Amino acid sequence: MQATTSKVRSDASPLAGKRPKHAREELRGRIYIYFCVLLMIVTIFSIVYFIASRGLAPFFSGDVGIGDMLLGQTWRPEGAPAAFGAFPFLFGSFATSLLAAIISAPLGFCASIFMTEIMPKFGRTALQPAIELLAGIPSVVYGFVGLSVVVPFLRNNFPGQGIGILAGAIVLSIMILPTITTIATDSLRSLPHGLKEGSYALGATRWQTISRIVLPTTLPSLLTGVVLGIARAFGEALAVQMVIGNAPVIPHSLFESATTLTSVITLEMGNTTSGSLHNNALWSLALMLLIMTFLFVFVVRMLERRTKR
Amino acid sequence: MSPRTVDRIATGVICAVAALIMAVLVSLLGFLLFRGVRHIDFHFLTSVPQTIKAGGGIGPQLFNSLFLLVLTMIITIPLGIGAGIYMSEYAKPNRLTGFIRLVVEVLSSFPSIVVGLFGLLVIVNTFGLGYSLLSGALALTVFNLPMMVRLTEQSLRSVPREQKEAGLALGMSQWKTIRSVMLPVALPSIVTGTILAAGRVFGEAAALLFTAGMSSPRLDFTDWNPLHPASPLNPMRPAETLAVHIWKINSEGLAPDAPQIAAGASAVLVIMVLLFNLGARWFGRVLYRKLTAGK
Repeated sequence: MQATTSKVRSDASPLAGKRPKHAREELRGRIYIYFCVLLMIVTIFSIVYFIASRGLAPFFSGDVGIGDMLLGQTWRPEGAPAAFGAFPFLFGSFATSLLAAIISAPLGFCASIFMTEIMPKFGRTALQPAIELLAGIPSVVYGFVGLSVVVPFLRNNFPGQGIGILAGAIVLSIMILPTITTIATDSLRSLPHGLKEGSYALGATRWQTISRIVLPTTLPSLLTGVVLGIARAFGEALAVQMVIGNAPVIPHSLFESATTLTSVITLEMGNTTSGSLHNNALWSLALMLLIMTFLFVFVVRMLERRTKR
Repeated sequence: MSPRTVDRIATGVICAVAALIMAVLVSLLGFLLFRGVRHIDFHFLTSVPQTIKAGGGIGPQLFNSLFLLVLTMIITIPLGIGAGIYMSEYAKPNRLTGFIRLVVEVLSSFPSIVVGLFGLLVIVNTFGLGYSLLSGALALTVFNLPMMVRLTEQSLRSVPREQKEAGLALGMSQWKTIRSVMLPVALPSIVTGTILAAGRVFGEAAALLFTAGMSSPRLDFTDWNPLHPASPLNPMRPAETLAVHIWKINSEGLAPDAPQIAAGASAVLVIMVLLFNLGARWFGRVLYRKLTAGK
């Protein structure tokens, strides 16, 4: 099919040109779209370049060592001597997003099995639109709900103030549920019918079919959804910042105040002067976020390659 | 346990989880709407916020959000559609295309706070646009562009091949075929997707903290000259949007009725998102009927 289209294209290409008006029209169109694509490429390179150039500055100037920043446990940017240990932030980011995925993944898988295998009609008309709606709700609104429902609930039923890793993870788990569910549902729907029918024909029950045929076959795509969910949770700033408590320490329990990379950047970036060491250290945190994004994209690509095989 | 019993238990668990998710959704929406709608009235929607006193509104913030959305869309739509046309019609299956696809994927998975920081560094400081609506709109463009590109590409791909070939067979240039044959067919789904994307832009806050700013100057709603500093239409003024306002009153609100204002503003935001969702479906259908001969 690809061959036919390109053949049609080259035959009809006016750039070879008998009709100058068409050729001009085509040229203008091409200039326009090439400009758009170029702009996108320039944007991504400048994002990487600018953030990396600021984020690496503290390391190049020798004020902070890379190891000190990654593993250091005290963040005292204005103190004397200043300390820039970002480990508590990394810990907080990983803890909240992984915990959110642990809560959300089983729920999302169940929802997508429900929508495809158990009640497809109800799933398509009620559950799916509802979950899509969930994806559209702004993150500050999730933060607000977390602050006015989740935090008081945790405060009344568990030790501590309610704010902390668990509150952040609960809020995030609701936020990433649509991502996980939508991708899982798509992959379950695109499963060849023959596989399932073969299993049923052998006398397997529905659960046997799901657990031994459907889930193992679609596992790479299910994991893709989970990784995308984690990526979203990792980069989410405001909703988490509102409920996590923002204490730059490694918490001893799920109910103690902690913080994440995004929260620190959100809170401190506005209060530092551009070019100061504190400011540059915050850019290093942004660079970590950027590197994590690349890592997540890489993992997703690996998983997708496995799906195609 | 017999396989049949296990099957029953598993089905029960899955149904229970689905019911739980549904219950969470309904109670989430119910909580937001019932708690918030009580505080929404004409005064709340139009008056300016108060810092220490009770009784402030969200008028300027609501206007800023809508205006910023319009600005963003004016910049994003032409760029996104252009790049989308390239991806679906002009891109040859080679390394370069694979690379551009990777660029779109990475761009769409950047956390919004990173996009906001990029905006702060490049648009606000280097280009010297300052904290302004225009800076905010450009940052949101970065955030929204990949979505627009994917959307256009998918919509153009779903156009029947015969229609495209008929256009080319008539001797039209490829560009002309795309513009006058394929885009009209693809338009309904592009519009639907664009409105959904607009809903996301409307609620975005993290990318705007350091680009559009967290303050709103006193606006003079009788002055509609975009060049005046107090005019609501001036794109070079700092502007706090509704989503940013919700974040700010939740984290540092001093007004005694801050929780009520947050509830009301959240409800307004959610209602807007619901409207975008329903509007997208409805408008897409109407447009499809208008542009094609289908019913």
